[in-house]
Formats: sequence, C-alpha cells, structure tokens
Amino acid sequence: MAPPEAAAPATAGPEPATAPAVLEARGVSKRFPGVVALDDVSFTLRAGETHALVGENGAGKSTLIKVLTGVHRPDSGELLLAGRQMHFARPFEAQQAGISTIYQEVNLVPLMSVARNIFLGREPTSRLGLIDFARMHREAAGLLAGFGVRVDPRRPLHTLGVGTQQMVALARAVSVEARVVVMDEPTSSLEPREVETLFRVIGDLRRQNIAVLYVSHRMDELYRICDRVTVLRDGRHIHTGDLADIDRMQLVSMMLGREVTEVRRHGVTAFGDEGHDVARTPVLTATGLTRRHQLDAVGLELHAGEVLGLGGLLGSGRSETAKALAGALALDAGEITVAGRPMRRTTSARAIRAGISLLPEDRKAEGIVPGLSVRENIVLAAMPRLSRAGIVSRRRQDRIVDIFMKRLRIKASSPEQQVGELSGGNQQKVLLARWLCLEPKVLLLDEPTRGIDVGAKAEVQALIDELAQEGLAVLLISSDIEELVEGSDRIVVLRGGAVAGELTGDQVGESTLLQVLADHAPPAAADAADAVPGPGTEAAPHIPAGAPAGKEDPR
Amino acid sequence: MKPLSAPASPKTATRPPAAPAPDGGPIDKDPAAERPTSGERLASLVQRQGVLAVLVLVVVVSSFVYPSFATVDNARGVTVQAAFPAVVALGMTLVIITGGIDLSVGSVFALGGVLAAWASQWGLLPALLLPLAVCGAIGALNGLLIARAGMAPFIVTLASLLAARGLLLAITDEGATTYLVPKESAFADLGQGSVWGFGYPILIALVLFGLGGLVLQRTSFGQTLFAVGGSADAATLMGLPVARAKVLVYLFSGLLAGLAGAINAARLSSGVTIIGVGMELDAISAVVIGGTLLIGGAGSVSGTLWGVLLLAVIQNLINQIGSLNSSYQSVVSGGFLIVVVVAQRYLARSRRTT
Repeated sequence: MAPPEAAAPATAGPEPATAPAVLEARGVSKRFPGVVALDDVSFTLRAGETHALVGENGAGKSTLIKVLTGVHRPDSGELLLAGRQMHFARPFEAQQAGISTIYQEVNLVPLMSVARNIFLGREPTSRLGLIDFARMHREAAGLLAGFGVRVDPRRPLHTLGVGTQQMVALARAVSVEARVVVMDEPTSSLEPREVETLFRVIGDLRRQNIAVLYVSHRMDELYRICDRVTVLRDGRHIHTGDLADIDRMQLVSMMLGREVTEVRRHGVTAFGDEGHDVARTPVLTATGLTRRHQLDAVGLELHAGEVLGLGGLLGSGRSETAKALAGALALDAGEITVAGRPMRRTTSARAIRAGISLLPEDRKAEGIVPGLSVRENIVLAAMPRLSRAGIVSRRRQDRIVDIFMKRLRIKASSPEQQVGELSGGNQQKVLLARWLCLEPKVLLLDEPTRGIDVGAKAEVQALIDELAQEGLAVLLISSDIEELVEGSDRIVVLRGGAVAGELTGDQVGESTLLQVLADHAPPAAADAADAVPGPGTEAAPHIPAGAPAGKEDPR
Repeated sequence: MKPLSAPASPKTATRPPAAPAPDGGPIDKDPAAERPTSGERLASLVQRQGVLAVLVLVVVVSSFVYPSFATVDNARGVTVQAAFPAVVALGMTLVIITGGIDLSVGSVFALGGVLAAWASQWGLLPALLLPLAVCGAIGALNGLLIARAGMAPFIVTLASLLAARGLLLAITDEGATTYLVPKESAFADLGQGSVWGFGYPILIALVLFGLGGLVLQRTSFGQTLFAVGGSADAATLMGLPVARAKVLVYLFSGLLAGLAGAINAARLSSGVTIIGVGMELDAISAVVIGGTLLIGGAGSVSGTLWGVLLLAVIQNLINQIGSLNSSYQSVVSGGFLIVVVVAQRYLARSRRTT
C-alpha cells in the first residue's frame, strides 16, 4: 500500500478517489488463553472519516481497539499509521503517535480536578518548570466551553455527572494533537443534549481531517454520523464498506451471522417442535422495571410451562432484566410479582426463596466455584434447606447430588471432582443442578449454551424443553438466534433497555425477529419505528426524548 | 505558638481545589451544576483542615491549662523531636498517595543512623552519602519489585524491613558495637546546631516539606502520583509513566528515611541500633491523620506535617501531665486515627453516591 514516503495524510493515497489511509491494521491476530480474540483482522481507517466498528459480544471490538491503542500487543500482523509501521508497547506510545481514545468506562481520575484530568501528563508550565495552574484552568475552561460544558475546572471530577465526565474525557482526547480518535461507546452514559454536542465535535474533527473510529450499538447514531462501517464477528473481519450501501437489516444480520431471507427451520437445535402447555395465569409478572441508563419500564409475564425468549442485541438490557428479576440488580422502580405475591425490595436471597433461580451469563465469574467439588457446587444454594441447626447432612447431600448427576448426565469422575476440571458443558449442567435442586418455579437462563460444545449444547437445550414441559417457567436469553427462535414459545424483544416488541405464535421466526432487532417496522411496535434509536449499550442505553418509554411498551 | 507559624510555606498546598484563586481567570459557574452536599462538604473539610484545627485547639487549650507547655523551650523540644518522624512521614505521604505503603522506613531509619555514625569518622560528606546511597538502594529495590515485578507493597517492604534490620545488626556485631560521631565535627553540628534556638533538623525538615509540597502540587510528577493512586488503570491508559512514578516514590521514601536516620545519629552523637522500631506505623498514622487517603489518590504533605506535630504535642502533653502513663499516648493517637478513618469512609461514601 502506501509507501513510507507517503506518510503525511495530505499526500495522495493509493486510490485517488478516496482519502488516504491514516491507520491500517493488516492481518492482526490476538490470542488469549483459550480464546482467539482476533483472527487475521484487517481494516483501514481513512483520514477525516468517521468509521463505525460494530459486532456482538465476543466479536473482538474491544480487543481490536486495545491493539490499536497500544494496550495489547498483537500476536501477529502489523499496524500502519500513515503508512509507517508502528509497534506500540504502551498506550503512551500510541498517544504520542496521535491515537487518542475515549473508553466506555470513563478512564479519568475521580479525585483530581477537571483541569488536572484534562492536562495530566502534559501540564502547562511556567518558566520555572512549575505547573501554571492559572493557564491550565483558563485553557480547560475554554476547551470545555467549546463542548458546551460550563463547569468550574477546579472541581474534583467525581462531583460531576457521568455525562459531564465523559465530555471531560472527550476534551482530553481531542486537545492532544490527535490524528485518530477512537471512541468506545461514547454515548452510553450521555443525555440526548450531550449526544448532540458529541456529534458536533465529531463534525469538527472531520473538518480537521481527523479520523474517528466509532464503536456503538445504536443504529441511528451509526447511520447519522458514520461514513463507513466495519463488522466483526467471533474475532473475524466480516465486512467493511460504505454505510450508505447497507441497510439496518443487512447490518444486523451481518453482526449476528444470520441471513435475512432465512426462514424458520426445524430440527437444527435439540428443542422439540411442539409448543408447551402454557398456564393461563402468570407465575411471574414484572411491570415497569426501571434502572437509570439501563432499563426503562420493562414489563413481562412468565407462565408456568412456557419458555419465554428474551431477544435483543448486545446491551439491550436482557441480562439486566434477568438480574433484576432475580434480585441481583437494584432497581429505581418496578414491581415483581411471583405467584400473585409482590416481592418487596428484592434481594437474591428473597428471590431464591420465592422460587426464582438465575443461571448467570458469566459462568466463571458469577456461577461456579472452580475449586470446589461437583457435590459442593450443586448443594451450595440448597445449604439452608439441607441443614438442620447449621449442621449439613452429608447423606441428604449425596442423595440429591446423585439424582441430579444422573438426571442431567453430568460427566465427572466422581461427585468429588473439582468443577474447574470439567468441560464447559458439564460446568453448566452443574450450575443447572444447583438451581434445580431448589425446586424453583421460575428459571432464568442467561446464555445457557454459550461456550459449550455442540453435544452438550443439544443436551442442555433438550433439558430446557423438558423442564418447561414439567411446568417450570423458563426465561431464555440467547444471542444464538436459532436457539432463541426454536426454543421459545414467545419472544419479548428489548431494545435500548425497553420492550421493543413481542413475537407470539407464528410471529416467532428468524426474519421477524431480525426485523424487530433492526428496528425495521416491527410488527408489534410499528409506531416506534423511526423515533427509537438502535440498540443501546450494555452500561447505559438511553431513550431519547422523542421516544418516551410508554410508547414502545406494547401493553 | 511558634512551631505553628514557622512552617507556613507548604500551607498553600492544602488549599482546597474549589477555593477561588486570585489568578484563576473568569470561570463560568453553572448554577444548575451539581453541588456537593453539606455532608460531603463537611467530610471534605474534616479531611483537609481537620488536623490543623485540632492541632491549634490542642495547643491553645493546653497553653492555658499547663503553663509549662507554652514555653519557648518546650516548643523547641517538641519540634526537634518531631522533625525526624516528620521527614520519614514525608516520604510515606508520597508512597501512600500512589496507593502503596512502605513498612521498611523504621529499619531504614535505624540503618541510616548506624551507617552515618560509622562513616562520620571520615567527615561530613561520607556520613551523609553512605546512608543515602544504601537507603536509596533499598528504596529503589522496593520500588522496582513493586512496580516492575508487580509484587504487593506490603510484602516487599515487610521483607526489606527485616532485611534492613538484619543488615544493621550485622554491621554492629548484633548491636554490640556502637559507632560514635566525633564531637565538634561538621556532621555532629548538623544534628546539634541551631538557629535562634531552633535546631537544624527542624530547618531541614521544613525545607524538605516545602520542596515536597512544591513537587507534589506543582509538577507533572506530583500530578502523576495522584493519578496513580486515584486510578492506576486510568493513569496507564492516559499514557502516564506509572511504573517510573512508583519506583521513584519508594526511592524517595528510602532516601528520606535514611537522611532522617543520619541526622538523628548526628543529634544523638551515635548510631543507636534499637531505634526506629514501629516508626513506620507512627509515620502511617501521621499521614492518615493528616488527611491523606490510605487507598491513595488524595493527600497533602502539609497535612502530614500537622499530623506529626499533633502526635508530638499529644506525647508532650502526656509527659507534662506527669500523672498519666506515657503509654496513653498510643491510645490517644489510636483514637485520632479512628476518627480520621471514619471521616474518610464518610467522604468515600458521599463520593460514591454522586
């Protein structure tokens, strides 16, 4: 491509019709123990463009950003900045080279003042070499005023709202001589007014010929400000092209790896074809679940004997909803009723007692205790029931463990084998056993088959089917569209922390689901089609003023 | 009251960031912007100026109650006693601001004293350079193990506490040999001489605190220390030299402890081997009482100075009262420590809610 001489962005690139490449990744791979995070990824960022980087969970976006900004070193492949090959050992070197980054989690120092945060590491100094605070505060105030932020630069950062903090991070990022600004979900904690300011700043950057790599899940944002898009999936490069050439449906299907035209098929997964006998009265009712920046008046009903799918893209609030139902996430507002009895001030312990069990998304961090045996892991949550006056009966433990190891076909050398030594599928079954021995009424499954092999996946799917047939109410969260469509009797789709639509009966199908996910005139919430943004982000989806939550709510 | 008015120079360092500076230029204040709650402000005030207020209160009250306390002689005695722990606590302040801890300073202080006394037979320069070189090396080693090898500061400096004490015993034949500082030498004068009755150690401590305050508040290095302690991840992502900053603070801590030990040997005319046991805990107490967050990210050297003086005044008072066992000094210091830590927790909680 561009020879080293053609370094400056001002010189003509290899293709006269397009702007020259300012940052280029060629065949970048990065492995972590047990995972290939990036597999031979190449992409080009042109000077002055705003380039969207999209992909679902585990697609490799974060890893790619960290490679570009010097946090990780790639295992193979090369990085070129303005045609020159670069090796960043530390984030500092990437910054020196002109790549500055705004991270999703505000990465500033909360206890230090606004001005100090902006100028950390490059403070203006007087002739004596001491920091010139007067000048620093003046420049900081001026810089922030340019972003429409009027705040005393002497205030400690932690006294500001998250949105303002994000603007301070932005001020820091653009006040260095940057050629590339990487923005990782910059709008996730911003209010609509602040988002407008951000877009204005991005416009300014574009005029200064500065390239922006923009990571977001919000479709309307991408289509508003981005020129081109790169899609990653499972660590691989899927597509790079002009955003104007592809519509939302195509983009979403590329992210998820599903064809738009694909129709509902049967028999691919281990779920039965028949629907389940669904009880009339709901065993669990949730209304108005609200948590600032994460959930906006989510409501759903769960009946005994059904599998309710919870659909949505990354960051749409699926896991948050499940956690809220299980009492693991504090809510600002909302009501949860189990078997007709309202739960007040939910905690995990209360939810478990009420019969709600959650199989968490992150098996390793929130589920299994790897150093304990299969038996100990299974009976962990049941301890209160198995013990009398604080003494745990070993005989009753063994009986329960034996039943569930047989029933779930847990493959372990003995009940005393450490769970950490088992395969992912068997670990998941141990977790399922832990909750099933509590005899729950409601089972919340967050990505129950992620990261386990095909055989175990089929077993878990068959088990979910079985459990629902036995009268359990199951909430199924899955990024695997196939699994969600075939396993669910009904699907509630979330977008931006709110219910975007519900698919029932014949509507449960891949293409209809994709339409709702992509906000493409969804059947159940057609009126919200234009006003609603794309899916929000994990940390904080936001609902613009133009689309009040109630409007999206099908009820 | 003289000891209070003397160290005025680093006081500027404690000025709360929100206080309007005369040279600050026009700042637009958004009236709708979030204001700190009154509780937060109170906690923050206790954090910053609480020690000074308590110190002033204690000094004023005891001046009336115990006439023997409010004498120039007593003030000289208290301040010269406090000068040595103050210098050690200065290094500790920098370490704690980065979120670390240095347990080795007591041993290093004693080692510095013995090395200085031994080398003083060859004159002033060796008597200062030898302890600085050895103690600086110990500090640098601490820093390298912590910053580059990623080891826990508690363990690393605990190990060097033991090692420095062992080294000290080795060069004094297990404490049997006491090296004496030649009388009337330039080195002895460094510890024993005075200006207007105030010993050189006090002046040295004040100069070091002034420099420390300047470095901490007015240089990029000082800002980096706050950033490292406030959020090491953020500091790394901002491209700040995190590892270098950590190595340097432990180096400084070792150097200051060694220097304090050397000057203490000059004052005592000998390298006392049993000195400095538990000194690291006194230093940590003084730093925390002075308002520096034990988790790092906030603090000031002036607060540490007030903290050291407060502990010294309390000890002096208990001695003045006479009827009280001097062991109660630790009880009172412990009480202050608890009060300050409670105030810090309160502050941390009000911070989380914003």
